[in-house]
Amino acid sequence: MPIEQSEHISRSFEEQLKKLREMVARMGGLAERQVADAAYALIRRDTELAAEVIGRDGEIDQLERDIESFSVRLLALRQPMASDLRFVIAAMKVSNAIERIGDYARNCAKRAVVISQQPQIGGFQGFQYMSQLVQQNLKEAIDSLVNQDAAAAERVWAADASVDEVYNGIFRELLTHMMEDARNITAATHLLFVAKNYERIGDHATNIAETVFYAVRGGALPEERPKGDTSPFAVVRPPV
Amino acid sequence: MASATTRIDTAAAAAAQAHRSTAPAEARLEVRNLDFYYGANKALKNINFSLPSRRVTGMIGPSGCGKSTLLRVLNRMYSLYPGQRATGEVLMDGQNILDDSIDINALRSRIGMVFQKPTPFPMTIYENIAFGIRLHEKLSKTEMDERVEWALTRAALWGEAKDRLNTSAMGLSGGQQQRLCIARTIAVRPEVILLDEPTSALDPISTLRIEELIDELKRDFTIAIVTHNMQQAARCADQVAFFYLGELVEIAPAEDMFTAPKQPRTQDYITGRFG
Repeated sequence: MPIEQSEHISRSFEEQLKKLREMVARMGGLAERQVADAAYALIRRDTELAAEVIGRDGEIDQLERDIESFSVRLLALRQPMASDLRFVIAAMKVSNAIERIGDYARNCAKRAVVISQQPQIGGFQGFQYMSQLVQQNLKEAIDSLVNQDAAAAERVWAADASVDEVYNGIFRELLTHMMEDARNITAATHLLFVAKNYERIGDHATNIAETVFYAVRGGALPEERPKGDTSPFAVVRPPV
Repeated sequence: MASATTRIDTAAAAAAQAHRSTAPAEARLEVRNLDFYYGANKALKNINFSLPSRRVTGMIGPSGCGKSTLLRVLNRMYSLYPGQRATGEVLMDGQNILDDSIDINALRSRIGMVFQKPTPFPMTIYENIAFGIRLHEKLSKTEMDERVEWALTRAALWGEAKDRLNTSAMGLSGGQQQRLCIARTIAVRPEVILLDEPTSALDPISTLRIEELIDELKRDFTIAIVTHNMQQAARCADQVAFFYLGELVEIAPAEDMFTAPKQPRTQDYITGRFG
């Protein structure tokens, strides 16, 4: 349940907090779109869209700088306390995470251009599914911050395991393609990085959720999060 | 690289430790089931908490919440006024200081108080301090000189006052007057010092001096400070108590109080949402 808070006595402070909230929401929205478009560009071999994604990353970076300087100003001039203090700190941390997410999306878009010039290997169902899961988590994480909803944040935090599972599947599939035909190696390697980027985006969405949970409740989530990424241990044996 | 990081961490931890002493300390004063009445009006309702020894306890809350009343109870100031009475217990060394049998003058030498406005006596700086000591102790001239110097030094006023001890205290600045009042309070070597908004009439630099002084004094004294300035409570206090409408709503270590208070009413008050 989102927490309903009464209004500040100082209306201008209330408005500044609202503005900060909107900036983070806008930044999150931009990142969601970047993640979606990067996946679309990859799957449709759309190099124009990929170029757009690469070009748009600057907006996210700019927003991060804006949020940072606005938060520093709030801290210096308003000396927020308790939930307000936690919210401002959370806004800074979350904008940082979103900026990283933007970088990963841009990297995916760059690789999508290279991959589009390589022979197609396999289908992109896994990528499509993974990008959807990640977008969903990212959206819910940002929404939970905007709505101050700790329960929603906790759900996002626990939902990352399925992203990891899809990632494991892609990892194994790409290894198999590389073993079957060495000409697949260029595309498959880039695709591995793309998959890893999406997996990292999922992790950042989880971090955002953790930050939101702290901002709303004032306490931390448990240290151990459900994890499903087994790719660090994955081995494929050559056919005998 | 790793050792550099470790060093920084340790230094930071030590600094934090020096600034805030949150380790449990024995209670110097223990308030139990305290109710207080101004005539028929109940101003404090079932207050329970303790002042840990050699710690600073900050008391915050909106005007009329009972925090100053509580200070007045802790050194029996209210006994001066008819119609004001307290029930419950305030224990010091196992003795209930609310008992009628308590020697109030002796009690006030153990529990000193400093008020919002500096209240120097219209006497010399020296006499301001010696006056209170003479009420409780018989000291020789040399001993008295030493005690006055000790008190002024502990109150961080010696340097500024040592060459004008025999001039009127009224010639001191507001901040100096307040430090003189603190010196006067500690001169009788109390165990507990109660500070009722001690800096609300002072400029920011004098305020910082007093806060620095509070940090120094807590090595020897148990301190309770009532303040309207939340940042001041955050800077000075080890534990903070929030009062509202005569009730103690929440008491917690300062860092918890200002980052993650448990009660919604506390949260509303310290974030400025009260209305």
